[in-house]
Amino acid sequence: MKKETDAKRYKEPFFKTVRRHWMLLAMLAPALIYVVVFNYIPMTGIVLAFKKYQYAGGIYGSPWNGLDNFKALMISGKLGQVTRNTLLYNVAFIFLGMACEVGSAILLNELFSKRFKKVAQSFMFLPYFISWVVAGAIMYNIFNYERGVFNHIVTALGGQPFDLYNTPSAWPPVLIFLKVWKQTGYGSVVYLAAITGMDQEMFEAASIDGANAWQKIRYLTIPSLLPTMMIMLLLAIGNIFRGDFGLFYQTVKSSAILQPVTDVIDTYVFRLLIDTGDIGVSAAAGLYQSILCFVTITICNKLVKKADPDYALY
Amino acid sequence: MSKVKIMKDGHHLSRDELSVNIVGYILVGLFALVCVIPFYLIIVASFTDEASLIRNGYPLIPTDFSLQSYMLCLKNPVAILKAYGTTIGVTLVGTALAVLIATMTGYVLSRKDFPWRNKFSFFFFFTTLFSGGLVPWYMMCIRYLNFKNSYLGIILPLMFSVWNMIIAKSFMAGIPSAITESAKIDGANDMTIYVKLILPLSKPLIATLSLFAALAYWNDWYNSMLFITNEDMFMLQYYLQRVLGSAEAMRIVAEKSGIALPTVPLESMKMAMTVIATGPIVLLYPFVQRYFVKGLTIGAVKG
Repeated sequence: MKKETDAKRYKEPFFKTVRRHWMLLAMLAPALIYVVVFNYIPMTGIVLAFKKYQYAGGIYGSPWNGLDNFKALMISGKLGQVTRNTLLYNVAFIFLGMACEVGSAILLNELFSKRFKKVAQSFMFLPYFISWVVAGAIMYNIFNYERGVFNHIVTALGGQPFDLYNTPSAWPPVLIFLKVWKQTGYGSVVYLAAITGMDQEMFEAASIDGANAWQKIRYLTIPSLLPTMMIMLLLAIGNIFRGDFGLFYQTVKSSAILQPVTDVIDTYVFRLLIDTGDIGVSAAAGLYQSILCFVTITICNKLVKKADPDYALY
Repeated sequence: MSKVKIMKDGHHLSRDELSVNIVGYILVGLFALVCVIPFYLIIVASFTDEASLIRNGYPLIPTDFSLQSYMLCLKNPVAILKAYGTTIGVTLVGTALAVLIATMTGYVLSRKDFPWRNKFSFFFFFTTLFSGGLVPWYMMCIRYLNFKNSYLGIILPLMFSVWNMIIAKSFMAGIPSAITESAKIDGANDMTIYVKLILPLSKPLIATLSLFAALAYWNDWYNSMLFITNEDMFMLQYYLQRVLGSAEAMRIVAEKSGIALPTVPLESMKMAMTVIATGPIVLLYPFVQRYFVKGLTIGAVKG
């Protein structure tokens, strides 16, 4: 592939490298300081999960209380429910989302009307451009019980009006649809970029050998997209225990009826922190989430690495 | 849909190509409609007379056209204008900083002659694998960085993203390293090379990253919710969230107590506010669309 420019294989002394590349290191400094302050130092704050937080003592001065915070979490009985919700929603988001993204990228690429393609793509991008606040307002416009467009149509067709905001069982499909609706336009561009970068001669050779358009999609385009799909999949799996806070917070609001089916770890931790102000217990829930994520991605990456090192994330 | 042309590049379209295209037009067309119709509904509702909204619900087709809700939004525009001002200012400053830091970091990590590039890449990437969670981060921001009612609280949290850094790194790895090498031989330093040679070659990347960053800032309500209590500093989306919430609260109180609402067009005003808060950022898209596919190269973390 690319030739190794740094031909020197011997190990250069540390300070010599620093002196030679001091300007590159200086250019790296802002980002380094950023992640140290906002990511690495807060990582040490996980000790809060094992402490009884007191304002005067702060993070490091408060007294330890062993596993009390975790016990309090277990007693609340919510942990299993929010973990299950987070996991199931994310599995649906990942697989349905990827199917829609890859599918629309392939179809967009095949369309021969460039203008239609451009217009369709612009439309598909609209939902990506709005905040979850606006998405929540849109949902209210459509599903509001008395005035929503949805009930408007249903009653006009002679059906019974449907009260989404009081029907917990309808929420999983609605939220999954909303998420896919919002991200497909963006997600498909990632795959479209990958398709554009593919070797065109490969497709021409296949045509000469008599492959039809469907066969080329099935045997050339999709297999060539696998590496990109694998990266996106692994990245998503690393966050499989992290809920999309905006999605759940802005559409469900604080409805108690809907909580059993719409509460995810992130909204749960947020409520513990902001509403009840219980620093120790919410830190414990956050640590629980981080560990789940870390273990999942480590195992998945190991497995992928074993199967094919090229596909591994790191 | 109009009749499809049966010609492509002067060749007749074979049956399989035609069938792929028919499926494509139908599915893509349907999905595009599903994406755009909700926006149409919001806009129509925002231009509809309040009495008609209450009586007939949100309309499918424009009826009882009225500018009342927009007039009311703009009658007392101080709060909206303040939120607009804050949002535009924060978005401009934040986007500039975010693009600068992502491209600068990405460039250093794409330099093949920089021996520690993989170690540093992983140092950044690790933050996406493991985190301390919301609580320690929040404590850091509130107690040690004093983000309460500070513009830093809405600019800094979105300033750096490992994802944008990876996109920058992958894009810049595609720029021939001979450019850097020959400039070095001519005696240029790394910063000069980055500013004078690499950035001008990275326009698609800069356009893409600017769009991501501008969207993140424009659409941010989360950091305002966490850190801002001073109403003069609200970001637009958070202001919208509060307006929507308080309008809903007013409606519920009025319904429960049986007191007739004052003649404020709450429903249509909500929709007008939503349109006002969304508008400008959507208009940004046509300017960056042509760069988009080129700018979005997703590469591996390693290498």
